[in-house]
Amino acid sequence: MVELNAAVALLGRFPALTGVDLRIEAGETVLLQGPNGAGKTTLLRLCAGLLAPESGTVTVLGHDLAAGPERRAVRRRVALLGHSTGLYEDLTVAENVRFWARAAGLDAEPSVERVVGALQRLGLDDGLLDLPVHRLSAGQRRRTSLAALVVRRPELWLLDEPHAGLDQAGRNVVDELIGDAVAAGGTVVVSSHELERVRLLSPRVVTLAGGTVHRDTSS
Amino acid sequence: MSRFLADARLVAAKDLRIEARSRVVLNQVAPFALLVLVLFGFALDADQRTLRAFAPGLFWVAVLLCALLAIQRSVSVEQADGALTGLRLSGMSPAALFIGKASAVFVQLVVLEVLLTAGIIVLYGSEVAQPLLVVATGLLAAVAVACTGTLYGALASGLGVRETLLPILLLPVLAPVLIGATRAFDDALGSAAVDGWAWLGLLAVFAVVATAGGALAYGALVEE
Amino acid sequence: MTETMVTTGTTTGSGGSRVLGAVTLLGLATLLLFAFGLTEPDVRLHPTTGEEIGQFDAVRLLYLHVPLAVFTYVAFVLCAVASAGYLVRRTPWFDTMAHAAAEVGTVFCGLVLVTGSIWGRPVWNTWWEWGDVRLMTTLVLFLMFTGYLALRRATVDPRAAALRGAVVALVAVLDLPLVNRSVEWWENRTLHQKSTLGELKIQDLTLFTLMLGFLVFGLVLAWLLLHRFRVGWLEREDAEHGVATAIAERRAAIDGGDVDAAVGEDA
Repeated sequence: MVELNAAVALLGRFPALTGVDLRIEAGETVLLQGPNGAGKTTLLRLCAGLLAPESGTVTVLGHDLAAGPERRAVRRRVALLGHSTGLYEDLTVAENVRFWARAAGLDAEPSVERVVGALQRLGLDDGLLDLPVHRLSAGQRRRTSLAALVVRRPELWLLDEPHAGLDQAGRNVVDELIGDAVAAGGTVVVSSHELERVRLLSPRVVTLAGGTVHRDTSS
Repeated sequence: MSRFLADARLVAAKDLRIEARSRVVLNQVAPFALLVLVLFGFALDADQRTLRAFAPGLFWVAVLLCALLAIQRSVSVEQADGALTGLRLSGMSPAALFIGKASAVFVQLVVLEVLLTAGIIVLYGSEVAQPLLVVATGLLAAVAVACTGTLYGALASGLGVRETLLPILLLPVLAPVLIGATRAFDDALGSAAVDGWAWLGLLAVFAVVATAGGALAYGALVEE
Repeated sequence: MTETMVTTGTTTGSGGSRVLGAVTLLGLATLLLFAFGLTEPDVRLHPTTGEEIGQFDAVRLLYLHVPLAVFTYVAFVLCAVASAGYLVRRTPWFDTMAHAAAEVGTVFCGLVLVTGSIWGRPVWNTWWEWGDVRLMTTLVLFLMFTGYLALRRATVDPRAAALRGAVVALVAVLDLPLVNRSVEWWENRTLHQKSTLGELKIQDLTLFTLMLGFLVFGLVLAWLLLHRFRVGWLEREDAEHGVATAIAERRAAIDGGDVDAAVGEDA
């Protein structure tokens, strides 16, 4: 499903990943942890096909990410939740979720039910549907961007600190979401400092440090 | 192909919807357009005869200045909170993204041109001798500027210095559009004895090359 | 971050380039001697009035201006070809060459404009002539590549700089015929009769000096390109070496205790 061999990734001239060897099977759940600046975010973005590996090989869902077209192909099949919300402030919640779903290749405009369903999964009130995003709180925005991912039904989930900025209820919702994704057979990689929470969901913990895998409980 | 058009339409609709909500072009760029015409009036001459003679050139300079703002706005919409990353993550064809964004800028430019045309008629006393030529020039020039501008907007994006870099990158390249459109307007507004339609040929070539070339190059750029 | 210089030598000079440099310098001195000393000023008799007309001493600048102009275009064409090569192959050689050619070309272009302007002052009685197609096209070209250099300097990520530079260079070169055509059509609208190269008597010593000018400036271009390319190449190697060092340093700096503390493990 995901395989990295001696993968090096640069941010400008800085070696964010200094050689990562990692193998994740389909249906696995992995907790990615490590000190700040260890390269967790870069690793997730690399697997999402957002950057090209400087050296080494990265294979995700059968695509060798050294080539541009392959990276583009993989992006439609994975869901990356990053630090930013990727939402357009001036558009409403519903418009954002619909836009991102259609942009990701859903052939028909996702039905209102599906959008509402996704938003309800994330614990968002119906009343928020027609509110412009700039009126939402940070936590509500985060949930909206998660909802946009949920609508896409991806094969691989890459979640970069999904609990950040959420209240207790929100965090519970994220845990449920991860649980549902796992139950549905999806592969989930979560980078989080909320170790206790995620450890309940995942037996496998990969620790990154200095841009490389420091410890991996599966090996 | 239908996927391509669907994606392009999706992006264009999104940009225009954002404009409809935020009204940046309407509330900020449009007044700026009129302001430029007024500034020219102050700077050049209180004599309307002089202004009318120069109206074609002043019009297109104003359009270019407004285009800079419209393109900056088009780029910054995607800068807000990682939307560009989101667009890349969607896996949509970069060429479709290009056409979509350029189309939205095109629509905004046409609206600005209509406003400016009214402006030069009222403020400079211009008379539209050949309305068809005015419309044709306006449309072709808008395509040329929108496509070239969208490409250069991407070229200058992601750098802290985008606002100052975009003008010096974009404006020299648009020199033929400025020259051609001004000459065509000279004819269309009856201020000089020129064959405006011949200049349209040049504008058309530019527009076609800008659209095709922009779509091609945009893909290479967004992939970095 | 301290980066050790790659030990391929701290100079871009080599045996060959020093010879080239010496020959170029000699040629340049000779050219200047001929252009400003040995050749005659352009003096002709007006067919009807019989008075002396012509470009007089201003013509001397043309021995510099014309070759500079030709090699400006050579440099920019080289930049365009190298940029295209980079887009296809994505190898650093093409990118380094494109950047070097653009920089040298821009310098030459600036000199073309300056010499052209100084020439124009006595001949056309103006520092700038809007109606001259060549001057206008060269000005736009200069502006476009100034933008190119600014963009490259402003882009921090080297791969992005190479890619964006390549696109800008190609667009600039593709745009140039359109600029030329539009200025040409525009110029024909005005009834100007301006002195150009065509009316000069180019023979014997004048011809020789002009040919010498072409030779010398060709050598200057080659010499500048060589060194600028090497500087760019060394910079790139240094950066790559820096990255390799940075990777090693980063891995070496991993402290297990710190990591455990950060993730809350018990030691």
